[in-house]
Amino acid sequence: MGKEIYMSLALSAPDITRALTRISHEILEANTASDQIVLLGVPTRGAHLAVRIAASMASIAGHAIPVGMLDITMHRDDLRMRAPRPIMPTSIPSCGIEGRDLILIDDVLFSGRTIRAALDALGEIGRPHTVQLAVLVDRGHRELPIRADFVGKNLPTSITQSVKVHLSEVDGIDEVSIEES
Amino acid sequence: MRHLLSISDLTKVQAISILDTATELARVSDGAVKKLPTLRGRTIVNLFAEDSTRTRISFEAAAKRLSADVINFSAKGSSLSKGESLKDTALTLQAMGADAVVIRHSASGAPQRLADSDWMTGSVINAGDGTHEHPSQALLDAFTIRKHCAKGRVDLDGIRVAIVGDILHSRVARSNVLLLNLLGARVTLVAPPTLLPVGVESWPVKISYDLDKVIGNVDVVMMLRVQQERMNDLFFPNTREYSRYFGLNADRLKLMSHDSIVMHPGPMNRGLEITAEVADSARSVIVEQVANGVSVRMAILYVLLAGGPLESGGK
Repeated sequence: MGKEIYMSLALSAPDITRALTRISHEILEANTASDQIVLLGVPTRGAHLAVRIAASMASIAGHAIPVGMLDITMHRDDLRMRAPRPIMPTSIPSCGIEGRDLILIDDVLFSGRTIRAALDALGEIGRPHTVQLAVLVDRGHRELPIRADFVGKNLPTSITQSVKVHLSEVDGIDEVSIEES
Repeated sequence: MRHLLSISDLTKVQAISILDTATELARVSDGAVKKLPTLRGRTIVNLFAEDSTRTRISFEAAAKRLSADVINFSAKGSSLSKGESLKDTALTLQAMGADAVVIRHSASGAPQRLADSDWMTGSVINAGDGTHEHPSQALLDAFTIRKHCAKGRVDLDGIRVAIVGDILHSRVARSNVLLLNLLGARVTLVAPPTLLPVGVESWPVKISYDLDKVIGNVDVVMMLRVQQERMNDLFFPNTREYSRYFGLNADRLKLMSHDSIVMHPGPMNRGLEITAEVADSARSVIVEQVANGVSVRMAILYVLLAGGPLESGGK
């Protein structure tokens, strides 16, 4: 007997674009010194979102926003509970993160463990002035005292559901869906 | 993957994945904080029943950069020199809770014996067994070649490599032939007939007895150490003749193409298979091989030890 999967669309392509544009404005509103902002995305999809937000912020602020990616695999606390994960690339903008206002960007905020690992990984690179968090989807069920500063969409979910983010850069289509089995 | 015993256990995808992981981990060795918390609380035993400088220190540095605890155990100064059997040593390590054993042994197949037995539950990593294999050396050599010659490609397709010297006694050559072939490189072995193993015709390589004919047409020249400690027979008339025909000197270096590199797994017999002038030249990547060794061994430890037994779940 095969498993039946129910899917519902949570965010369409225009919804995602609008949410990212709003997050871009909110980040600039909260950080008046826009030349101090550095964006770091968590691979894979967080890194693509970071590039999109950086482009959108650059058109609003009128200057380029440094953007990079931060792999957090080696700092995860659940490594031993899963099969080995491939390590993703890390690239830090040439300006570094020392003393900057750093915005971490991920696709889905769930348990908060990825962000805890990201904070540990940052500690090895430098000491930003502030660290803020932007996510496309906050689905709840936090296991750690972590919250996002900028949220594209709050999606109340049950723990058995799973949230799938598809981005055109990797999946050929922009959409967020909720699946349950 | 639980053990690393031989290159023949690896698929092309697995080998490339280890090299990619090593590329990312090399960043750690360049950074200000040379440590990751990934293997915290794991115990790795270096069991070296045969002498080694580079490989033991390299595995030790790799394990420590991933925060594992390292116990060094060498034949000299342990009960191995009193004649303790491999089984009893393994049972001791199991009782001490070793998560992985990095083993170097003069007997070919010793790591395989350890992995196939139920003496211990941890991972076994072959760090050189007799004249059989030395997989971590082959992986670091492939990593070094990829960095210099692959021009951004992930494999070694079409890269021409000459492996020169004492093939007969070389576990490095065996592992390298398997891995280079797996990754698409074209390998030529250059040696006097007495230093080629029986059955070499069936290996996926070309064979030459003339270094001068080969050296101008390759991207990589890998010199091997003449393993005098394993030679209980006369394999060549004398060392001066060997150097003249199979040694790499400044005159031969001039025959090499301008972007080719010189490698040596170490330890070198300076003046025998390679002159000091060549070993210290700009073409030589011998010191870089040692640095790359740490990154590649970190990748091996990560792949074997970081994951757990359960399968991955969704987000």
